[in-house]
Amino acid sequence: MTTGGKGNWAATLAVALLICLAGYAALFIAPEERTMRAIQRIFYFHVPSAWTAFLAFFIVFIANIGYLATRKPKWDWLGVSAAEVGLAFCTAVLVTGPIWAKPVWGIWWTWDARLTSTFVLWLMYVSYLLLRTLLADAERRARICAVFGIFCFLDVPLVYFSIRLWRTQHPQPVIAGGEGSGLDPTMRAVLFLCWAALLGVMVILLRQRYQLEQLRHDAEELALAVDTAAPELHSIQR
Amino acid sequence: MKNFESLFAAYLIVWAIFFVYQLSLGQRLGRLKQEIERLKRLLERK
Repeated sequence: MTTGGKGNWAATLAVALLICLAGYAALFIAPEERTMRAIQRIFYFHVPSAWTAFLAFFIVFIANIGYLATRKPKWDWLGVSAAEVGLAFCTAVLVTGPIWAKPVWGIWWTWDARLTSTFVLWLMYVSYLLLRTLLADAERRARICAVFGIFCFLDVPLVYFSIRLWRTQHPQPVIAGGEGSGLDPTMRAVLFLCWAALLGVMVILLRQRYQLEQLRHDAEELALAVDTAAPELHSIQR
Repeated sequence: MKNFESLFAAYLIVWAIFFVYQLSLGQRLGRLKQEIERLKRLLERK
């Protein structure tokens, strides 16, 4: 099993450079928005964080289906890894949103459809990770969490369409929105650059988190081998 | 000026979240690798 290597370092360096470029573009290249002015630049990490969280949760969804269809542990490892990484991005969304909202709306938070459904999404994946700690048997844990994980994903389209379905405090979409919506071309380019940077971060974190699950599995197998070979020796405490 | 402070805080917090998570991952990986080495040594002793 590889734990590092030149390839990994090159990828990490590339993502680090992309992050610097994205940050520079968001702060200095993107034009200033007319009404919100400087604070609007939070948009360039708030929106891509949300998109990346949705993608991570979609990976959880696919991994959970994969596990139920094949019962192969690697799908379960992918599921929990993507859930944890997705939760980090969802947390970023829930933190940057209120910081942006306070100077613009005058309030930190409101229980409108978008904000509420996003908070529920965060709670559901926290519950997914908590559920895993309550189930000791690996196969039972993977099976139950796969079903729960598929259920959790149902909130993602609800979050996405909430601003289209209901009247909300949250702004209407600027990408793929209706008539009158849209984004300045430079803003759009910077937005997608920032998304590329965050996708790079997601891939790096996901790879490491998956490796953690692989190692955990290896450790459990080794502990079992130790217990079998010499029961008087200490084995891993879960 | 206040908006710039909020903007700076938002960017700082976002990257702090990812940095702290990365640190946590690194620590957990390190602990597991040590545990695996310990178990391998135990097995070799048998």
